[in-house]
Amino acid sequence: MNAFGFYEPTSVRKAVAIAADHSEGKYVAGGQTLLAAMKLGLAAPSDLIDLGKIAELATIAYDKATDSVVVGAMARHADVASAGEVASRIPALAHLASLIGDGQVRNRGTLGGSIANNDPASDYPAAVLALGATVFTDQRKIPADEFFKGLFETALKPQELITAVSFAIPRRAAYMKFRNPASRFAMVGVFVAQTSAGVRVAVTGAGSRGVFRVKAMEDALAKNWSPDAVKAIAVPASDLQSDLHASAEYRAHLITVMAERAVAAA
Amino acid sequence: MKISVSLTVNGKPVAAEVEARTLLVQFLRENLQLTGTHVGCDTAQCGACTILVDGKAVKSCNMLAVQAQGAKLTTIEGLAANGELHPMQEAFKRHHGLQCGFCTPGMVMTAIGLSAQNKNPTEAQIREALDGNFCRCTGYHNIVKAVKSGIEEMA
Amino acid sequence: MTDTTVREKSTTAKSPAAAPTGPMGARLQRKEDMRFLTGAGQYTDDVKLANQSYAYFLRSPHAHARIKSIRTEKAAGASGVLAIYTGNDIPATVGGLPCGWLITGTDGKPMKEPKHPILAQGKVRHVGDQLALVVADSLDQARAAAEMIEVDYEPLPAVVDVRDALKKGAPAVHDEAPDNVCYVWALGDKAAVDAGFAKAAHVTTLEFVNNRLIPNAIEPRACNAAYNRADDSYTLYVSNQNPHVERLLMTAFVLGLPEHRVRVIAPDVGGGFGSKIYLYAEETVCVWASKQVGRPIKWTADRSEAFVSDAHGRDHVTKAELALDKDGKFIAMRVKTSAAMGAYLSTFASCIPTILYATLLAGQYTTPAIHCEVTAVFTNTAPVDAYRGAGRPEATYVVERLVATAATEMKIAQDELRRRNFIRTFPYSTPVALTYDIGDYDACLNGAMELADVPGFPQRKAEAARRGKLRGLGYASYIEACGLAPSNIAGALGARAGLFEAGEVRVHPTGKVTVFTGSHSHGQGHETTFSQVVAARLGIPVDDVDVVHGDTDRIPFGMGTYGSRSLSVGGAAIVKAMDKIVAKGRKIAAHLMEVSDVDVEFQDGKFTVKGTDKSKTFGEVALTAYVPHNYPLDKLEPGLDETAFYDPTNFTYPAGTHICEVEVDPQTGETRIVNFTAVDDFGNIVNPMIVEGQVHGGVAQGIGQALLEGCVYDRESGQLLTGSYMDYAMPRAADLPNFKVDTRVTACTHNPLGVKGCGEAGAIGAPAAVMNAICDAVGVKDVEMPATSERVWRAIRSKG
Repeated sequence: MNAFGFYEPTSVRKAVAIAADHSEGKYVAGGQTLLAAMKLGLAAPSDLIDLGKIAELATIAYDKATDSVVVGAMARHADVASAGEVASRIPALAHLASLIGDGQVRNRGTLGGSIANNDPASDYPAAVLALGATVFTDQRKIPADEFFKGLFETALKPQELITAVSFAIPRRAAYMKFRNPASRFAMVGVFVAQTSAGVRVAVTGAGSRGVFRVKAMEDALAKNWSPDAVKAIAVPASDLQSDLHASAEYRAHLITVMAERAVAAA
Repeated sequence: MKISVSLTVNGKPVAAEVEARTLLVQFLRENLQLTGTHVGCDTAQCGACTILVDGKAVKSCNMLAVQAQGAKLTTIEGLAANGELHPMQEAFKRHHGLQCGFCTPGMVMTAIGLSAQNKNPTEAQIREALDGNFCRCTGYHNIVKAVKSGIEEMA
Repeated sequence: MTDTTVREKSTTAKSPAAAPTGPMGARLQRKEDMRFLTGAGQYTDDVKLANQSYAYFLRSPHAHARIKSIRTEKAAGASGVLAIYTGNDIPATVGGLPCGWLITGTDGKPMKEPKHPILAQGKVRHVGDQLALVVADSLDQARAAAEMIEVDYEPLPAVVDVRDALKKGAPAVHDEAPDNVCYVWALGDKAAVDAGFAKAAHVTTLEFVNNRLIPNAIEPRACNAAYNRADDSYTLYVSNQNPHVERLLMTAFVLGLPEHRVRVIAPDVGGGFGSKIYLYAEETVCVWASKQVGRPIKWTADRSEAFVSDAHGRDHVTKAELALDKDGKFIAMRVKTSAAMGAYLSTFASCIPTILYATLLAGQYTTPAIHCEVTAVFTNTAPVDAYRGAGRPEATYVVERLVATAATEMKIAQDELRRRNFIRTFPYSTPVALTYDIGDYDACLNGAMELADVPGFPQRKAEAARRGKLRGLGYASYIEACGLAPSNIAGALGARAGLFEAGEVRVHPTGKVTVFTGSHSHGQGHETTFSQVVAARLGIPVDDVDVVHGDTDRIPFGMGTYGSRSLSVGGAAIVKAMDKIVAKGRKIAAHLMEVSDVDVEFQDGKFTVKGTDKSKTFGEVALTAYVPHNYPLDKLEPGLDETAFYDPTNFTYPAGTHICEVEVDPQTGETRIVNFTAVDDFGNIVNPMIVEGQVHGGVAQGIGQALLEGCVYDRESGQLLTGSYMDYAMPRAADLPNFKVDTRVTACTHNPLGVKGCGEAGAIGAPAAVMNAICDAVGVKDVEMPATSERVWRAIRSKG
């Protein structure tokens, strides 16, 4: 791994200030993806700005005003999976967090790190998109629909820092993951949610441009919330990834099956 | 750029100057000569490097030494006390939960990490909890038995 | 049970005795566990030598390319760099890495053996081919400098699949083999087989791939080589399964160093599974360079490096046919296999798809005529060599997939078809060159069916169907040839080495014992098992026995550990050495008790005058041997330390039946193993706990092959697509079930312990059992391994 500078700010303000001085620097949250990439030489930031000492980023709380659960960017997956605030109000989100990576990864990995990286096979983007969540940064609020921009691409500007994600409490929701047997990332993950704003179906792991919504399923479920409603709806394989582990055709099929199952479980 | 870190390793205070890029596992193995923590991959998947950081199982190959500033670390070397094996070590021995021994330290540390979260895990929960630890020798059969028994003994 | 030479007369297998009284057969906890559980194990990367330097290998990013130039000047000037070597720096006197087995083709010509240089010369031939060594003060410096080496490649077309490599006009991996054929070899009576097929009532035909696997011992390969100026000697620590063989090949065939001045130490080794048998380029280069650099050089593979540079396993493409009469009796079998060798011949590559494959095609059956033709093929991939089972899983896959398919096609019950063809009289000579000494195949089949609750299967299947799932049951009745090997037979078949084993039993003056064995333990628990054997024979506590292995300076000699040979060959050598100890002890005791040694018998640690209560303990005799005041010095040397070499007279033939029960989700194709049962006959068993552990691990690797693991190279670019755990699916705890294992015993007739070997059985039986179960569940003839969810889903869809 190349040498780099290391900073441990204790506040968002300080973190952002350090970042402003180090244009080739990177924030490191849980580091579960970034450090692995640096070891393999796939990333070589000049500096790392570690967010681990910023207590304000690690909170998980229910916000009564907006009836949502606000999860700090540095909340570890294990914390999201076990936090009472999440488990009681959005069990589907807690369940999703419990399926990320493995136990050790969940003890380090964070919500903010995951969505900032926007790996097309990671789990959180499906929840963020399906729950119509809002991404808070040091500068602004970004609606989920505008946040994910493609493979490893987000609406974040250089050095913009995610501080929290606010998830509206859904009436019902569930996440079904068909995991990649090797990496344990999602080969197909489908998050279905019915919120006051309507029904959303978000798919991760499969799209050739990252996480996406399935409008046809959403419309069908809005009319008739039942597994049968999505049974006959197929996502075109042409929009999906094909790789060593699964063809686009198979992924398309899995999306329908996982959606059906998610609706049944919600 | 060298950075000072101070932390507690197996109950003893440790202070050192390290490069930022020093992985925690390198720090343990090379600076502290705690070679019981192993490296089996470079993609943070095999779990041979698992240790406890503030009581939680973490892959020390995917964390920087400088990120452990102020933390309490436990490695495989820190479990047995006064020549007495920790109940989890004892359970691995009794149930033949190890063969070549290379993945074993990581397995034991993950199992102890699990014990803090779940006092009475089912077999299926144990298997899921071991998802971040590869063993090529045992087929996991006896590891699962050992973890179950070890957690029972720890209660 | 102190008499370890008891042999079974009958061929009726017994269930193992329930509660042994002595150490033999006892479920003793392992002696080696204490150090592994406390972090005190010493693996190669844990060894740090004074003045240590570090190595990094620059490897080819191309599957096939001509090296137009390599410029190292800039890299050589980088911080901390001590030396950089390329293929041009290796002296002409240094040889290529040798292949230890000469296969002679059907054309009577020897196999093609293109040079395998320790650093690439002229061309690189697979992704990961080692091109240059950088030695520096630190690993980071070595790695950084390697990135500064400028290599000008002329990429060449590559071929990674045996089917592509055999096509006319395919790119040649080596000029010496323009058609990429290393050899074409055959075994069996072709005319008899053709005649058998001509009169068949039914012919079952299968064509399949036996998928390429990457062994993935969790400890990556590593070495640490040091040159000592004081006595012009070398010490090499290396993660290896057979240090003496490593030394012999390296000194005599490659570096031309005096064998006696190279000490090879294989300390704790974190799993091998075959992949650490071989002499690899990395440790050879490091030994050579350690003298040039004048400092110890340590190299430890990254996992990414291991993926591209460890020898892989399997990779066969096979067409197999079985001819049966109307009653389901096997008449003949015809097998044609193309086997990948990879870019270079690894140490035992050539014998795996031949001697360890075709010879096993009789399986447990009386098939009278078998013919097998094997074409070994060079490809632009990492070399292929032995991986747990080595040839025998491939053979079992052929036989048991054929048998299962034939049973389905002929509507004969799976067990019934097997029973109609089982060998029941021993010794039995197969049409493929082996003579099975003993076995009881019905016993294992019956035992497995009982343990797997086969009678309850229809009910479980119906229950699964109510949940929308498909259940299937698959059998594999495998045989293996272990205990490698009678040296004379191996020699006649092309082996360039002996296959005996050596053992030394050193009795100390206090009666404590150190055993030095040429076998190497890298997870198998030899320190415990061998101690049990010694303690039982000498009548001393197990704790009074220490076992030393893995060091050419301490061990007389050794051929190492592979092919499930340690106890049957290495253990037998120790027994022979103990026979000498006891014989000498009787003479000493006879002298002390003033009787003739023919009147002294040894049992339970005591030398007793027959028919009397007069005796001397083992400890008293040991002390006398070293304090020979009252001692027949005119007839007997002092001391009690004996060495023996044991060369087996036959292979051993472990066999058994594995039954796998799967549940398939027809909507996704996801397959779960819900039950896996293995009932094996390993002959006598010293430590059932360790044996069960070996079976569990083997089965997990077999299930891995069947469901998860597949090494994939891109057929166009030759790049390794499964180059990390992100893409190569390793079996994890949640992928596997609990295993039901049991044993039956017919003791091996030709080694003193009556043992057969248990290390590979799981990996041999499991793939066929799993795939037979999937085919049964889904109702198709074949699914390719690994049976990924997509492949199974497609198989279900193919039925409409």
